[in-house]
Amino acid sequence: MSNILKVENATMQFGGVVAVDNLNLEVNEGEIVALIGPNGAGKTTAFNVVTGVYQPTNGCVWFQEKKIIENHPQGRMNQQYKGQHAGEYTQILAPTPDTITTLGMARTFQNIRLWKSQSVFENVLIAKHCRAHSNFLSAAFRMNRKEEAQQREHVAQLLETVGLSDVKDELATSLPYGKQRRLEIARALATEPKLLLLDEPAAGMNPQETNELTAFISEIRSKLGLTVFLIEHHMDLVMDISDRIYVLDFGKLIAEGTPAEIQNNQRVIDAYLGVAEDA
Amino acid sequence: MVQQKTKKGAVTAFAAAAVFLGFIILLENLSLLLPSVPNVLLPTSQLFSVLKKAAVYSLAAVSMNLLNGFTGLFSLGQAGFMLLGAYTYAILSVPVADREAVYYLYGGSAVNFSFQDMFGALFGSEGAGGALSMTLGVLVALILAGCVAAVFAYLIGLPVLRLKSDYLAIATLGFAEIIKAVFQWQALGPVTNGANMIKSFPTFSSFNVTGEGGKVVLRLSTFFPFLISMICITMICLLINSTYGRAFKAIREDETAAEAMGINLAKHKMLSFCTSAFFAGISGALFAMFVTNAQARVFTTTMTYEILLIVVIGGIGSISGSIIATFLYVACSEWWLRFLDNEVVLSSGMKLPFLRSGFRMVVFSVVVMIVVLFFRKGIMGDRELPDLFKKRAGKEAAGK
Amino acid sequence: MEFAISVLISGISVGGQYALIAIGYTMVYGILRLINFAHGDVFMVAGLLGIYLSASLPLYLSLPLVLVFTVALGFCIERAAYKPLRSAPRMSVMISAIGVSYLIQNTATYITGGQPMTYPVIPFLSDTVKIAGTSTKWVTILTPFLVLILVVALTQLINHTKIGMAMRAVAKDFEASQLMGIRINSVISVTFVIGSALAAVGSMLYFTNFQAITPTAGALPGLRAFVAAVVGGIGSIPGAVVGAFIIGICENVIKSTEFTVFSDAGTFALLILILVVKPTGLFGEKVTDKV
Repeated sequence: MSNILKVENATMQFGGVVAVDNLNLEVNEGEIVALIGPNGAGKTTAFNVVTGVYQPTNGCVWFQEKKIIENHPQGRMNQQYKGQHAGEYTQILAPTPDTITTLGMARTFQNIRLWKSQSVFENVLIAKHCRAHSNFLSAAFRMNRKEEAQQREHVAQLLETVGLSDVKDELATSLPYGKQRRLEIARALATEPKLLLLDEPAAGMNPQETNELTAFISEIRSKLGLTVFLIEHHMDLVMDISDRIYVLDFGKLIAEGTPAEIQNNQRVIDAYLGVAEDA
Repeated sequence: MVQQKTKKGAVTAFAAAAVFLGFIILLENLSLLLPSVPNVLLPTSQLFSVLKKAAVYSLAAVSMNLLNGFTGLFSLGQAGFMLLGAYTYAILSVPVADREAVYYLYGGSAVNFSFQDMFGALFGSEGAGGALSMTLGVLVALILAGCVAAVFAYLIGLPVLRLKSDYLAIATLGFAEIIKAVFQWQALGPVTNGANMIKSFPTFSSFNVTGEGGKVVLRLSTFFPFLISMICITMICLLINSTYGRAFKAIREDETAAEAMGINLAKHKMLSFCTSAFFAGISGALFAMFVTNAQARVFTTTMTYEILLIVVIGGIGSISGSIIATFLYVACSEWWLRFLDNEVVLSSGMKLPFLRSGFRMVVFSVVVMIVVLFFRKGIMGDRELPDLFKKRAGKEAAGK
Repeated sequence: MEFAISVLISGISVGGQYALIAIGYTMVYGILRLINFAHGDVFMVAGLLGIYLSASLPLYLSLPLVLVFTVALGFCIERAAYKPLRSAPRMSVMISAIGVSYLIQNTATYITGGQPMTYPVIPFLSDTVKIAGTSTKWVTILTPFLVLILVVALTQLINHTKIGMAMRAVAKDFEASQLMGIRINSVISVTFVIGSALAAVGSMLYFTNFQAITPTAGALPGLRAFVAAVVGGIGSIPGAVVGAFIIGICENVIKSTEFTVFSDAGTFALLILILVVKPTGLFGEKVTDKV
């Protein structure tokens, strides 16, 4: 089994705050991997580094055995933070998020970020744009009819798969919360990713919705042959579907392993419950 | 089935456009066909001036809406791009024979050819050949006018499109001012005629077909701007409903999400900016044809504001709204509200208060402020005319 | 040499007048994140008020009245055109500002008949004085000092009074200060009042130098002052003043060469350069957007 995503020594520093500290992790093809940790542990920051929203202060990211992001501390940063293995990195690779998405990595957002005045169908269709081959002029003059029809067909299928085809003409923001989350996943899937990053997909959901989501994630994984990397606070969901789990605390990786291992890991329990002063 | 539906829609739209253009031709030729017509239909009537100006402005407004309304980039460079278009058209269209007279201050022009003459050499410059070469010359110059504006937009866009909303607005405004200054610069006189106007190029009335002894047999001077504007606006509509247009809307609504879904922000913003400038350039060229001269002084910030207010009144993000608003705006400011500018003395010798020169614009700007403050969505919001019909049809179907 | 000095002196003087307008821009932007496009027109109206009031009243009455009326105008604009849009997107407010500017210009055209008006002669300020071999008006000499005094007074107000503290708080975080019980609306009104008052003073100085007032006379000085505010770092008062002096001097230097046409273009070129190279301006604070 080869890894699809590898994060090497990634450090993200904002001024004096080290949000992600020398993070190393791997996600293998076909797995569901979870990243958990208390609030403010740097989970979303890690996602932002991987998807190109932030340029890491140090470290690199590999996707499908190819180095896609790389940076090493420079100038003042170098003095403030002595990044590990700083000498090993010589070049800077900082693609914009859209480049990374076209490589085959798609994400959802913690606070839902749908295109508000567009319909459900359009939200998914717009995400298909990055897979369109027609250029500007041929698209404007409708010489891409075939591709356009194909894309619409795909979107309809996708909405069928995620169970949103009955509301496809409704405004995205008029959907109930759970369906909006589902739509965000559908939108990410429309970019035809190999790796799907979910940032708290069950946030704000009730237990029943969470159960549905758990089934849904496993389903799309097997149906579409995806790898899933997710951040989540609902431990039921995480323990249910994850093959492996990484635990972050204060930006540092404190544990990794199977759900059973993590459940019995003392450091993880301490991080979540806090450690008494005299312990 | 979907394809059939779109084809049917396209045919309907095409037929409607053809009927409308035919109506315009008929309207402006009524005075030739009938022995006596009401004053309003005479070629000198305000009606035709308003129609021409509105045709030109509607293209300017729609192109601004493409950028401000559909891509969410608040740019105030419209007048600058229109200026570029107007000058490109003017410089390339003044017949060689007239150049000496136009550029008399600079001892002739540095550009010594015009498309009209070039085509004239091919098709002859008299009669039908002359008309053909004039039309071709105008069309080529119009397209080039758009291209020059688009190229400048590209150069300007490189540094400024990275800026956020209001900074982008002020930077594009600044560029428009810089362009205006450059075109008034004496050193460029042989090309731009300095601060003087360029004239003697083909205008809208050049398209009137004349018969024996210079008598007009067929008027096409209103038809021409309508035709060009309609073609351009149709192209913008097609673009907006294409996959790129959808990407523009995604950028407007949430840049971060758009970028995360694989839409290259820099590329798409630039595409929108250049396309908008292209059509602004064409509308600038049409404007020059309308006022029969090109002069840097008239492309002021106020012009940009005017077009922006039209877009706002029509509804930001609605093409049909912009068009409707343009016709209302131009008709009100040039025609219907004219009476406010004239002093009225009642039979009793009393003057009606307030009515004197300038009052029209005051009333007008108050109306604009009311729209901006209380009807923030404008006439159409972000809907289009066909949407309204669809909704009504849907309601009726549901009612039955 | 004499020529250089006279260019420099008039540059500093014009710069000082721009500074008074620029402070209005920078304060409003700092608090509302709004480019108040109508501010230049308020400045123009102050000039017109000066003409109309001094035609019928003695100067010692008309000048204070100009201040009062200009302040009232600024206050009313804020209440009528910006306050209803407090929760609207920034673009709507900016459009409203453009609409107000359009309204003021058209009203001014209506009232004046579109003819350029001549600003009254203010004794002493308009008197000529010889300095370093060049003759100039007293106003040119006095402007920089007056500006400095006003700016120092304003900084004292902002740093050492309760309302000043409220203004700083609102500029830092609009919503948080609202939650902390600061009356946002009165803070914003005070900002507009101060801005308009300074614009009124600026108009007296500016139009004593450039006597003709047309309805569009405020637009360009307004834009230049805004550019000054950006160059200095928007939101920063010392920044606006420094920026205004830079703009004023640059403009006069360009005007003294054969490139007179480019005096405004130069200003805008400087603006774009600053925006691209250092968007926070000379003294602006860096604002980070949270993703």
